[in-house]
Order: sequence, then structure tokens, then C-alpha cells
Amino acid sequence: MNAPDNVSRRALLTGGLATGLLLAFHLPLRADPNEPVQKDVTDGKFAPNAFIRIDATGRTVLMMPQVEMGQGVYTSISMILAEELDADWDKVEVQHAPPNDKFYANPVFGLQATGGSTSIRAWWMPLRKAGATARAMLIQAAASQWGVDAASCTASKGEVAHAASGRKLGYGELALAAQSQTPPKDVAIKDPKNFVLIGQPLKRLDTPDKVNGKALYGIDAILPDMKIAVIANCPVFGGKVGKVDDSAATKIAGVRKVVVLDDAVAVIGDHMWAAKKGLDAVKIEWNEGPNAKISTKDIWQDLRAASEKDGAVAKSTGDIAKALASGDKFEAAYEMPFLAHASMEPVNATVRVTKDSCEIWTGTQIMTRVQSEAAKAAGVAVDKVIVNQHLLGGGFGRKLEPDMVVAAVRIAKQVDYPVKVIWTREEDIQHDVYRPVYRDQITASLVDGKVAAWKYKVAGSAVIARWLPPAFQKGIDIDAIDAAVDAPYDFANFHVEYVRVEPPAVPTGFWRGVGPNNNVFAIECAMDELARKAGKDPVEFRRSMLTKNPRALAVLNLVAEKSGWGQPLPPRVGRGVCLQPSFASFLATVVEAEIDDSGEIALRRVTSVVDTGIAVNPDTVKAQIEGGLVFGLTAALYGEITIDNGRVQQSNFHDYRMMRINETPKIEVTVVKSGESPGGIGEAGVNAGPPALRNAIYAATGVVLRRLPIDRKLLAVGKKA
Amino acid sequence: MIMVARNLADPIIVSDPANQGMHMATTLTINGETKSFDAPPDMPLLWVLRDILGMTGTKFGCGIAQCGACTVHVDGKAVRSCVLPVSAVANRAVTTIEHVGSTPSGAKVQKAWLDAEVIQCGYCQSGQIMSAAALLAATPNPDDADIDAAMAGNICRCGTYVRIREAIKLAATGRQS
Amino acid sequence: MNRTMRILASLVAIGIVAVVSAIFIIRGPGPLDFAGGTKVALADYRAGKPAGVPAGLEKASLVERGEYLAKAADCMVCHTKPGEKDYAGGLAFKLPFGTLYSTNITPDKDTGIGNYSDQDFLNAVQRGKRHDGARLYPAMPYTSYTYMSDEDVLAVKAYLFSLPAVRATAPDNTLSFPFNQRWAMIFWSAVFNPDTRFAPDTSKSPDWNRGAYLAEALAHCGECHTPRNLGFALDNRKKFGGAITAGWRAFNISSDKATGLGSWSDADLISYLSLGHAPGHGSASGPMGEAVDHSFSQFAPEDIRSIVAYLRSVPPVSSPDLPATTAPVAPASHKDGVTADARGKKVFASACASCHGWSGESPVSPMATLTGTWAVNDPAATNVAQIVISGTKRHTPDGALSMPAFGNAYTDDEIAAVANYVTARFGTKGSKLTAKDVAELREQTAE
Ligand code: FES
Ligand code: FES
Repeated sequence: MNAPDNVSRRALLTGGLATGLLLAFHLPLRADPNEPVQKDVTDGKFAPNAFIRIDATGRTVLMMPQVEMGQGVYTSISMILAEELDADWDKVEVQHAPPNDKFYANPVFGLQATGGSTSIRAWWMPLRKAGATARAMLIQAAASQWGVDAASCTASKGEVAHAASGRKLGYGELALAAQSQTPPKDVAIKDPKNFVLIGQPLKRLDTPDKVNGKALYGIDAILPDMKIAVIANCPVFGGKVGKVDDSAATKIAGVRKVVVLDDAVAVIGDHMWAAKKGLDAVKIEWNEGPNAKISTKDIWQDLRAASEKDGAVAKSTGDIAKALASGDKFEAAYEMPFLAHASMEPVNATVRVTKDSCEIWTGTQIMTRVQSEAAKAAGVAVDKVIVNQHLLGGGFGRKLEPDMVVAAVRIAKQVDYPVKVIWTREEDIQHDVYRPVYRDQITASLVDGKVAAWKYKVAGSAVIARWLPPAFQKGIDIDAIDAAVDAPYDFANFHVEYVRVEPPAVPTGFWRGVGPNNNVFAIECAMDELARKAGKDPVEFRRSMLTKNPRALAVLNLVAEKSGWGQPLPPRVGRGVCLQPSFASFLATVVEAEIDDSGEIALRRVTSVVDTGIAVNPDTVKAQIEGGLVFGLTAALYGEITIDNGRVQQSNFHDYRMMRINETPKIEVTVVKSGESPGGIGEAGVNAGPPALRNAIYAATGVVLRRLPIDRKLLAVGKKA
Repeated sequence: MIMVARNLADPIIVSDPANQGMHMATTLTINGETKSFDAPPDMPLLWVLRDILGMTGTKFGCGIAQCGACTVHVDGKAVRSCVLPVSAVANRAVTTIEHVGSTPSGAKVQKAWLDAEVIQCGYCQSGQIMSAAALLAATPNPDDADIDAAMAGNICRCGTYVRIREAIKLAATGRQS
Repeated sequence: MNRTMRILASLVAIGIVAVVSAIFIIRGPGPLDFAGGTKVALADYRAGKPAGVPAGLEKASLVERGEYLAKAADCMVCHTKPGEKDYAGGLAFKLPFGTLYSTNITPDKDTGIGNYSDQDFLNAVQRGKRHDGARLYPAMPYTSYTYMSDEDVLAVKAYLFSLPAVRATAPDNTLSFPFNQRWAMIFWSAVFNPDTRFAPDTSKSPDWNRGAYLAEALAHCGECHTPRNLGFALDNRKKFGGAITAGWRAFNISSDKATGLGSWSDADLISYLSLGHAPGHGSASGPMGEAVDHSFSQFAPEDIRSIVAYLRSVPPVSSPDLPATTAPVAPASHKDGVTADARGKKVFASACASCHGWSGESPVSPMATLTGTWAVNDPAATNVAQIVISGTKRHTPDGALSMPAFGNAYTDDEIAAVANYVTARFGTKGSKLTAKDVAELREQTAE
């Protein structure tokens, strides 16, 4: 088999795919008046590109190509734009960009999508150039008004100044004149030394409205004459509606209509309560179809069997077969469950459909796909679909899917008023697009206490193949093996394979942390087991194989110091480490945990050190790591979706458990200073928690856990895994 | 910051009286104002607030009192409005996130929340702030155990717990712990 | 006959005598023997109408009368699997020796009772004898239904036959030997099924007689609330003294003042039976919650009053393991009161406090108030653990009220811990459940 090039998300990001899938990013010089840019009025404003609008009063509105779902991206993107624009930070306002792939497509995906911790990485240079271009045009406008050389003018805090003459003009005063300037061809961007905003822990722009209930999420949309609907999707994947008896439902006060679709039933009411009671009262017989018998038990059996096959080779260096034949051999398989996203804001969409138009109010991570899928469902032209983006009450990848909008369109088509379709938490959990089950096998050999050969095979669903088909090449899901091919250690003989195994009928999708979730877990668990086999301390063992990776080594060393690595601990308390270079950020984490005699786990302390390159907003970076750690640890402790008789067995927070404040340890995150380009940060913390916790348990108890979530029964004193 | 503005003048959904069936006129005191509306007596307060009164600051997260997103104050105590029938709050004072800033503990909590930059997506935070404000009103100097007891019912999927703890202490003492 | 055979024969003879006398001792009194008055045949009783439907339904059709009686006998709960068609069977009963599944009693000819004649139906309900002659297991309370009048049984049949036929075959029972030997039930029945109809007691009021008929023949209270003897039949020496059924504790409903219903007011009893909740005494959940939702809440008010009148007459039996008085309201602050069991407290703070409050008085619904309930005052914590495991869903006039089932996501250790914390904080004496106890409770829980 030929070893193809190293395909990874990073390659995708920097090189682009050979398929021509990626639009070469070009900065639109003007907002094209022929483009259906909604709510983005550029008349009378300085609109040098799709991102910046300055009116005569100096009001500076920045259009957000990425969506805000808690990761702080509106503030970070604004900081990047405002930095190069030299805007007055206090006057900056942000606005959701409308759907428009031409202007706002995420350069990584070629789609207006927010995910994969790509926002800052993808937009770093384009937005800096956008800001710098606008600044140059404003300076030119001032210079020509004053009749001086542009080079003798400077800009800061929303003003252009000519030091020699002491003259100053605000951006508002220059807006009109700047509009007719020719944009410079090769605009100069700032030397990072001169950054005044980037690198500062500025206050977030979106939070003041979030402390008083004013912030509007998709679920908060209210329109005149709007009604509210609750949906029941067929409990069995792929099943259809059989008979429906709505006689009792329609008698309930406030119920307006029972809508029967081929695979779901919805009840529209004056308010959620009427709709909910109405839906409870509808008697539905489902045609469960061919999936009525699927179960996670069988899915696991199939996955285990399929994972034994040879996979497509994603990367191979050295001579893996020969290297594995010598030394001390190690073999392990790590298994990861289905997971639901369970963002706090349940899935919802508000839709008004008319004969020839469709308007949507929702919070989505994938604006243009929502627009095009809604157009299909509504039977109208794409440009007749208006998408009003809202804040997201968490996304975590769930809202990279348009299904909830499509369902809402199908319901709204049946009536002549706007309908807000809300999924109950139960629907949200039982009709998610799940993080797939993965089985990761690692075979390695040790020579002289170091890894001489490393063979890693990932088996699981190819989310990319469905979500972004052109990116699925040569049988390799670049997401599923993303961090597998980027292992930070010196593995002379290195081999990564991928086996595509699709579970029957269960929809699979991206989940915060994406592919690296399974990779980082498998790699870092295996490293601990290998360290023990080699008779070495886990940090020491890793250190010895980081000769070519100074950034990884630096964060590892610092986290060891900050966490008190090596200092004595009481019995059944352990520390576990995780090192990862995922999303182009380097993160080292130590979890300290105590396991009581019954197997109960208490998290005592988490220490993380991150090198994300230039941290646009270091406080946001910290917050993302803190939150990501909680998200990942929650999954490690409790996260598992199981299926029986074609149905998801979990339904709400009582049986799909979340970590709570009284389980949360002290979390200490250090952001190291770096001049490298910014890395991704929204997901890195998620990857770090599970292996670090698992390794802490390994250290505390000696129990070798290779499956998530952690089975606390195996940790009771006297039990062996 | 500009977000999508609600594009209508009157945020209240007016139900068609012809379809009111057995609904009853209910009068509540919400945020110091008396509000009258028609609602079935078993309708949880959450939906009255959101769907009848158009007050969307109070959030829906689970509907089974497991997440705390819907927390309001009833006579100053934190209560989950998703399981609280509206008939149970007639004649009692209800305070929501929209108005909690006018109470001393609510204002302190809101400020501390911004100072400690607690919030991420923010969806759980109405409930977190209501729970924290009720805690501070009853226990002006809470320790970790008090915080756990008062806040463990509020889930934050973005994982802001560390900062919530810090912000509560900040609100109580005025300084970072 | 050789020597060995002779010895054997005499042993058998001795054995039979022993068994017969043992049976006599084990069987004990009948359910109404405590009343002691003169019994007359139903047809000869003139003072009132103990059997049949309440006055309001006298003129109703046979099917409507049958419906009332079917609800009073609570047929549906056992003969319906949650989420499936009413009366189509398939509900599992987990017993220590295997699992039984209830049968389809819709009029489907192949899989239901569509081919049953009146006599077949009477045989099944009153005698535990199936259409094909096979014996029913006493999970079907025919030893209670045997007291129903023929007329009432046939009204129920008429009602069932008015329902849509559903094709549904219950899974096979998974009983182990010797319990899988249905024929053996012939002997059990012969000993434990009196096979007699209700006979009114002329020394009692007509109200009492109506209550006795409803409670004994239809509602089969004793099936859960009367302890069982060695033969797995009701031990009426301790009538209504409380028992564990399907993993739940059915409390003492005798007239004992401290641990029975003796100190409950009529209003409490009426409220509990018709709404599943009595202020200060707690709420019905588990099997009793179902009985209220599907059966008692549908009773005519005069029938509820008759049952109350009857319950009051049942002699006191004490439950020595229950406290004489229940614990008062717990302190409002989590810091005051019981502080033991840190893990139980942690679970309580996370999953329970929002609804039940730190004081035990619910901020959301009186039905969720823990203070004063027997469940939290039971030092065995059976029902506390059970409701945490399986939750409850009740339909009340104020709407549905439910508690989610935490059993699938919380470990046995956690459930034991929270039950111990709850009984210590809100009851008189903390329980000492272990993870093993919780595992056993899970085992016993019916579907
Ligand atoms: S919505 Fe009320 S607690 Fe979750
Ligand atoms: S801030 Fe997003 S759920 Fe708490």
C-alpha cells in the first residue's frame, strides 16, 4: 500500500484540498449590491469590505462571519478587525453576518460554518488584512483632504492624525470620503509588537446583555401571530408515522393544529404548554421499520469485528512491520461511546413560509446550509430564504446540522403564520446527530525504554463523508485521524490507518473536540501504559520523546511544575497527564483525582498549560480551556448514549448526566506567551480531560481502563478491570 | 452590541379568546407589576413568562427541574419555574432575570459576573444568576459548601463553574478569592 | 409390600397429615373473618347493594357498568405494557423465581380472550383457570376477584369485548423449576383460593359492606398490603399490616394509631385515595400511584367513602419498625440538621433539592413535600430508594406530576447514599442502605 501524504485538518487549513473544494479566499472589496445581503445596509457608510461598516457618526459595525455560541469569537474577531483598523474599541458594535458563502465562507470549509476550532486560525490573516485595508483607505481620505502624504498620517482609536500639523479627523468624518478611495493592493499589516488590543484580556462584547435576560437566542424569537410547536420524531431511527388519532389533542384549549409528517408529528399551540399537552394527547402508531431491533450491543459487536480489518493508510513513515517485530510489544484497544451534544438551549427554529418565501429565526453554526436546505424543504428559491441568525445557547457541533430547521420548515408550510418549533430536552437527546462510537487500536513496541514503533488504527463512522463529501478522499476521514497523524512524539516508525465503519441508522456528526477526542484519548492512555511497561514516570517517558517538538515539551514541563508532579500523594489519589498538539494549540494537562473504596471519583485539581500561539484574548483562551475541560470530564464520567430496540435510552439530564458545580475541582490554566500564529482553542480542553483523568485513576488504582465513560464499578476496592 | 433585534413592537402573544376553553384569568405580581392574563392553572410559570408575557430572559433547559435554567424568585427564593404551576404563585411576588438587577444581591451578582467574565454562551446564566442572587440574599458570606448547596441544581454545559464560584465570592466580598 | 415400601408408605401418610395440618395453619383466616358477623348470600341481602356499580350508573349500559368495574378492579395496569396498547398484556412481573408476563385480554381471537365463553371468563377471574384448562399464577389476584359477583365479572367481560381486538402475544414466562409447572397451581388453588362469592355481613352497615366488596373483591388491597405466608398466600392474621410487593413497601393500612391509618382523618383518607395525596402524609407513587391514577381516582365519591368506612374497621396491626410519629420539617439551611453522608448530600444537592427543598417542604408542589411521609420515616428506606431508581409519573387534577427515574445514571452507591441522607434528614431515623441493597431493589422492580 502506498503511504499517502499526511492529511490532517492542519493540512486542510494551510494547503487546502486538491479538489478545488476550498474557495481561494478573496476579500470582497465592496459589499456587492447585487448580493442578497440582508440587514446589512451599506448606503451612506464606509463599507470597504464585507466586515466593516462605519457611518458618519463614527459608529463602527463589524459583521461576524463566525457565530457566537459561547466561545467568545465575536469579541476575538472584533479585536482582530479593530486592531488593524485602529478602531475605537468602545465604539465597536457587532452584527451577525447574513448567510453568504461568497463573503463569509469559513476558508477552511468553503462554507459559512463555525466549528473545528477553526475560526481564529482561518480568519486571522483575512481579517487583519480587511482591517488594515480599511485603515489605509481612511488614512488616504484624510491625507488627500489635508493635502499631505498618507505616510505622514497615523491612525489610532478611530481617528486619523497628522502629527506635523496637529490635525485630526474621526473615522465618522472620513467615512464618506474613504468610500471612494482605491483600496491598496498589498496592504501592510501590523507587527505584532505594535498590537494594542490583541493579547489584552478585553471584556467580552456579548456578556452585558447576558446578565439581564436581554440577549436573544433562537428560542427567544417572537413574531406577531406566532404559534409554538412541539415535535415528536419517530422514536426508532428511520421509522415512519403510521396511524394518528388526534381527537383528544384537538380538544385541548390552546391547541391549534396537529401536523402529521411522514416521520414526525407536531402539535402547534398558542404556547409551549398547550403544544406539549397536545402532543402528549396525540395517539401515534409508528411504523418502526427495519431499525426497530438495532442496539448498541450489536453495534459494538460489529465495530469490534470490523476494526480488525486493514484500513486505509493515512500516514506511514519508517518500516512499521519490521519495527513492530522487535522490542517489547504492546497492544491495546480504546473504545468510545455515542454521545449527545445536549447544549443548554434545546434545538429549535422559528419559521414563516409563504408561497414564495421562507424566513428563519434560529441560532445555527452553518448559515448557508440552513438556507439552502430550507429552500429545498420550502420549495422556494435559495435567495428567497432569509436567515436571521441569533446567539446560540451552546452549539458543540449539533448546530452544524440543518435538520431542526428543515423540520420546522415542513411544519410551518402547513400553516399561514410563523411557527416556533421547540424540541423538548427529550427530543433533543433522543434525536441528536451523535458523536460516533470509535474503536482505536494501538500496537507499539518499546526498545530501550522508548517507543520504537507505533501503529495506530482508528475505526468508526466517517462524519466527513456525509458532512463535507469532497473532503472524504481515499477512504480516509481526515477528522477521525486528525490528531492520530499529528502525534507529538518521536516515533521513528509510525503508521496510521483508518477503517470506516458506519453504525446502522444512527446519525453521526461532529461533537465538541471532534476527531481528536478519540485520538488524544487513545494516544495518551497508551503512552501511560507504555511508560509503566518501560518502568518510567509518565512525564519523563513523554519528555524523552519530544526532542523535535519544543512547544509540546515546554507546556509539558511547565504543567509538571505547576501541578506539583512527582510530589507525594495519599493512597488512592493519583495524578494523570495528557499532552496534545490538537487544533494547532499545544496543551498539557494534569488531573489529580481521588478514588474512594466504592469506586467513586472525586476530582481534586486540574492544571493546564496552553501554548496557542498569539492568544488574541488570553482570558477567552483560559475560559475556553476551563469550559472544555468540564465538557470533556463530564463525558469521561457520565457520557454515553445507548440504544435498544432502535431507540435511544437516555432522555434528559436525570439519565444523561452532567458534571455540576459540586463536582468541579479547582482548575488552573496558564496561557504561555507566544509569537506563533494563533491556534484553535474552543475544543482543546475537551480532549484533555478524559485521558488525564483516566491516567490519574490508573496511577491511583492501577486499574487499566480502556473504555469511556469510566465504569466506577471497576474501581471499587477488590475489583479488577 | 447589536444583536438581532426583536422585530415587533409588542412582544406579547395574544391568544385568541375564542379558543381559550377552560383557561382562567390569572393575576400575578411579576417584577413588582401586576399582570393579568389567561392561562390554564396547570401551566408552568416558565411558559407563562416566555410565551404569554413575552419575557424570554428565563430559559427552558429540561422541563424537569434538573438544570436550573428556568430559575426565578418566588418571595425571594430560587424556584424552578418549569415545574411550578402558575396557579401556585397567585398572590406571591415573582422576580425574574429582567428585574433581579434592582435587588441589592442581584445587582452585586450581575456586576461580579461581568467582572469575573463568567459567561460563555450565556444560556444557563439567567438561572445561575437567579440562584446566586437568592443565595447571597439569604447567606451574605457563603462558603464553598453553601455555594454547592445552592448552585448544584444549575447545570452549565459550557462549564463555567469555576468562575461562578469565584464570582459569587467576589459579589459577597467585593474582592477576588 | 416389602419393608422398605411399608416404611415409605407410612412416611407418606405422616407427611400428608403434616402437610394438611400445616396448610391449615399456614392458610389462616379469610380476609373478612375479622368482622365476625353473620354472613348472608348476596342475593339475600336487602339492606343495600354491596356489589355492582354506584347509583349514578345503575341505568348505564352493561359496557359502561363493566368499564367502571374494570377500573375498580384495576385490570388495565397489569394487562398493559407501558407504551403499548391498553389491555394487550406483556407487562413483566419480576419474581424471585423468574419473570411472568401478563396476558392479552383484548377480544383478539388468537392472542387475546376473543374465544372465551362467559363460563371461561368466570373460571379465569374467579378460579384462576384458563380457557385451555391451564392454571393461572396468583400474580393474577383471582383469590380476591373470586369474591366478585358473577354479574359483575360478566359486566367486565362485556366491557373488555367492546374494546378493539389487539394482536399481541406476551413473551414466554421465564420461571425456573418447579415454578414453571403450572399444574402445581391446582394444589395451590385448592388450598388458597376459597372460590366463594362475597357474602354481606348483616351486623355491619350497608356502607361497610359496599366498602368491603370494593376493597376485597375489586381493589384487592390485601394483595399488596397484607403480608404473605409460607405458601405465598395472604396471611390475614396480619391483615393490612403492610408488606413488600414488587420491591416497594405497601404500608400498614390497618387501623393502628401509630403506624397504620388510625390517626388519619377521613378527609386525609379520601384525599389520598382520590388524589393520591394527603397533606402532611405524602403522595402515592409506585404501584399505589398507579392504583390511584387508574383506579381509585375514577371511583364515585360514595364508593371512596365506603372504602374508608371499611378500612376503619380493620383491626390494628402494628409495624414495629416504623416510628410512632413522623419527623418534623428539617431546617431550611443545608448546614443545619443532618450533616452525615457527604455523598448523599452531594447527590441531593444536585438532583433533588430543586424540587424537594432542603427543608423537605417542596417549593414547587405539596405533592413533592417529603416531610411527614412514611417513605422518609421508614428506616428501611425501601420506597425512597425505589422512587429514586424508577421515578414516578402521576396524573392529578392539577396536571401531570412526575419525578424522573435516576436509576439508569446513578450508581447503587449513590442511590444508597442519597436514600440514607434523605431518611436521616427528613425522617426519624436514617436508613443504612448499602449498594448491595439497592442492587436487590432494582432486581425486584417490576417493569
Ligand atoms: S428548565 Fe427548569 S430546571 Fe431545567
Ligand atoms: S454559559 Fe453556556 S450553558 Fe452556561
